[in-house]
Amino acid sequence: MQTHLSTGKRNLRLNTISAPAETAFHLILGLFSLFCVVPFLFVIIISFTSEDSIRQIGYSFIPLSWSTDAYSFVFKLGDALWRSYFNSFFITVVGTVVSVLLTLLYAYPLFRKDFRQRQFFNFFSFFTMIFGGGLVPTYIICKNVLGLSENYAALIVPMLFSPFNVIIMRTFLQTSVPTELIEAATIDGSGEYNTLFKIVLPIVKPGVATIALLNALAYWNEWFLALLYIRQNTDVIPLQYLLMKMQRNADFIAKNSHLLGSEAANVAVNLPSQSLKMALVVLIVVPIACAYPFFQRFVVAGLTIGSVKG
Amino acid sequence: MLALHPSLPRRSASMVSSRRKKALLLCSMAAPGALWLLLLRYLPMFGIVLAFKDYRAFKPNTFWNNIIKSDWVGFSNFDFLFKSPDAWTMIRNTLLYNITFILLGLIIAVAFAIMLSELTNRFAAKTYQTLMFFPYFLSWVVASYFLFAFLDNTSGMIPNLQKLAGQEVIDWYQSPEYWPALLIGASLWKNIGYSTVLYLAAITGIDRTQYEAAAVDGATKWQQIRHVTLPNLRTMIIILFILNVGKIFNADFGLFYNVPLNSGSLYSTTQVFDTYVYRAYMNSGSVGMSSAAGLLQNVIGFVCIIAANTIVRRVDADSSLF
Repeated sequence: MQTHLSTGKRNLRLNTISAPAETAFHLILGLFSLFCVVPFLFVIIISFTSEDSIRQIGYSFIPLSWSTDAYSFVFKLGDALWRSYFNSFFITVVGTVVSVLLTLLYAYPLFRKDFRQRQFFNFFSFFTMIFGGGLVPTYIICKNVLGLSENYAALIVPMLFSPFNVIIMRTFLQTSVPTELIEAATIDGSGEYNTLFKIVLPIVKPGVATIALLNALAYWNEWFLALLYIRQNTDVIPLQYLLMKMQRNADFIAKNSHLLGSEAANVAVNLPSQSLKMALVVLIVVPIACAYPFFQRFVVAGLTIGSVKG
Repeated sequence: MLALHPSLPRRSASMVSSRRKKALLLCSMAAPGALWLLLLRYLPMFGIVLAFKDYRAFKPNTFWNNIIKSDWVGFSNFDFLFKSPDAWTMIRNTLLYNITFILLGLIIAVAFAIMLSELTNRFAAKTYQTLMFFPYFLSWVVASYFLFAFLDNTSGMIPNLQKLAGQEVIDWYQSPEYWPALLIGASLWKNIGYSTVLYLAAITGIDRTQYEAAAVDGATKWQQIRHVTLPNLRTMIIILFILNVGKIFNADFGLFYNVPLNSGSLYSTTQVFDTYVYRAYMNSGSVGMSSAAGLLQNVIGFVCIIAANTIVRRVDADSSLF
């Protein structure tokens, strides 16, 4: 084994692309990698730029003067801003927990070959991937019949379940849980729920983590549901939607300073509105950027499985 | 069911009841998800009748009452789709953007994946992959701010540099001619990392001995890429390509709505099927016409997916969607 490995390694080293080609690859990939992260770095720089500098030379990689005003304002602005931040967290946590549970509960019977109604439930979920009622009928039903309007439920319920995630979860179950294990548990008198939560769940933890991360990301980045279902109730809007509204009307903050708490009303006159927006963008990306190196592996696993079958 | 299988040994009553209990328990597990599907996916399908009705408010103003009392109007809600120039613009935009995304996305992602796999410095390869994949995890709202930082008329970097150089300043958010390039760039920026990771996973799965055998036979690295890597990726490329073609009438709403900041002057190059349906409803409040447009999109999409899947099944039965 040792010798085999070492010869393999030597072959690998001999069998490589030429040095100029490798340099070219580094150049192309490096430039594209920069292209992918530079906009975020730019926004971080803007968020630390003083309002004077923005007024004089606009957004720049090398501002005339730096300032942390935007962040101190974020921390001073009470209510609505933190409320939105809290809403985003709340929606993400509740949505993720419930949707993972729903996905696991739906995928497990589909994985059980001895479950007779398996075909039916499989098709019932799959069909919605290829056909649907369309945006407007769905919107009207959700709003008028199901009462998903101006409340947290409107931001959570429409994304609770995804046939795509069911397929990923089912594939995880099929590849990691042997049928004999289920049979043995049944013979030992384990009930169905007991088998799922006590025996199967510990084995498919990586699958559950993958689904949880995909869902958490989807909820954290969600703005479309707020655009559809939230018109008046600013108490429940997530940060993504607040950002979107700010961008549409340049002086949203100044106009709505009463929403942002009494302190903001006093300081609205010299509000660093430009860098403030960028500071909010930074604050919404930071949780993702910090967690990203750790969850990347799980997401890659999930997406690779999903793409193969789904 | 048992009667259909006379060859099976007769089961005792207790066995039958325990089987029933098992089926019932498993059904109860699937029930919450099934209920969700029923309410949020199947119930709206009945709303398709809206496309054939002149939906108005009646007394009492409840959804079901309005639906029942509204007049049937046949296909007249669809008329505007074939008469208005706006509708043709958005269909053209949807198709052209999707064709570009599919072709460019495929070529660039496969090229990047091959490059990454050939790099000898594994740490660099890992770093590139991580950086490239990053935009995939951001929302289009955040991405629209990124672009805004460069293009904004008053503070944006590019207009300010143009001012500094004494050039004429371009008003990006009012000039539709620049947006095809900008939107294609934005889409590649966000999605290339994802497809690269998929193809890279497939390349990593290729048996290394194939390369060693090729090298022993005197194949250069380029020949190995052409004759080992690409043939191994062939099935995956064909499948992803066809499945994407199946979704050719669906557009990424966030990209086309948020990135151009919903600017009305850009509609000629930024309006696509999904934004068209949304705006038809939100701006004019026309339930009938927007439902009709949505239904048309869903029916065409359904046909495309079925056709795509049939072709995939011919290519490689295991990889078909259904």
